[in-house]
Amino acid sequence: MTKNISVVEKVHSANDQLATENKLQLDQANLFSLNIMASPGAGKTSLIEGTLPLIKSDYKIAAIDGDVATSIDADRAAEAGATAVQINTGGQCHIDAHMLRNALKELDLDEFDLLLVENVGNLICPASFKLGTDKNVLIASIPEGDDKPYKYPAMYQDVDALIINKIDLLPYVKFDMDYFKKGVQMLNPDLITFPVSCTSGEGIDNWVNWVVDHIKEKKTS
Amino acid sequence: MHELSITEQIASIAIRHGEENEAEKITDLYLVIGELSTVIDESVQFYWDLITEDTICSGANLHFKRIPAKFHCLDCDKEYQMIDGELTPCPFCQSTKMNILQGKEFHLDSINII
Repeated sequence: MTKNISVVEKVHSANDQLATENKLQLDQANLFSLNIMASPGAGKTSLIEGTLPLIKSDYKIAAIDGDVATSIDADRAAEAGATAVQINTGGQCHIDAHMLRNALKELDLDEFDLLLVENVGNLICPASFKLGTDKNVLIASIPEGDDKPYKYPAMYQDVDALIINKIDLLPYVKFDMDYFKKGVQMLNPDLITFPVSCTSGEGIDNWVNWVVDHIKEKKTS
Repeated sequence: MHELSITEQIASIAIRHGEENEAEKITDLYLVIGELSTVIDESVQFYWDLITEDTICSGANLHFKRIPAKFHCLDCDKEYQMIDGELTPCPFCQSTKMNILQGKEFHLDSINII
């Protein structure tokens, strides 16, 4: 005889549970952590390269780089001054909490002040998989177009900071900033936004100040 | 492509609840998916048949209940729904300040077992 069993369990509950455990580990080490998400080519690695020179003399930084294959990004992060760990996701389009947990094992967390997790370039999948980092950061870039919040609402809904990269290209590309910002506001009204150019360095200082404030806050928490 | 991991998670939750209830077989799964969740039914169905072969879920039917996205306008206090999957300002006052009331759901609601 068929019997109906009530389940009412979030599909992501297993991942969420591991994310909570990751968060606990990072909290115990007073290590401030960022999950950096964006489409391929938006400037995740360039942002890390632009950020590190400004803070590496004061803080110790670890970078975990997720890619489907290769260690190009981890190499670039290491070159810029971070202790880098590469995660090859083997075809998976995102890092999940379990992969991050394994990568964390390769680092002595107490040694570091800032952990940068560079997610796989993708605007859909990483949004669904919490990692347990303190903040989720999304990079949008001007050449991608102004309609991305409308097309990828899930990604814009749950991030804590938004970087608008490649603002130096604004004069050359059709990008309606008001339309873009309207979409962002509908999904995430109080989202803090940093317009930057990783190429010229414009705006990077505001972003770096925000990061440094959070590192300090976490140190004393 | 995250549907593969998602389908694995669905199977693992269903099997756990099935086993706890001494199920011989799971025949149906009832999933609730909000309109703002980026999950494609067809892909889940596709992976489902591959993943659940030789488990108590093998051959089970997946039922998807879609929950429309619903918003509450913070300026005029009215509620409205997303139309044709497109994000729009409030249709009553054009405000872009709103709360998301529903549409982010993604859970396994219940299963049928024998």
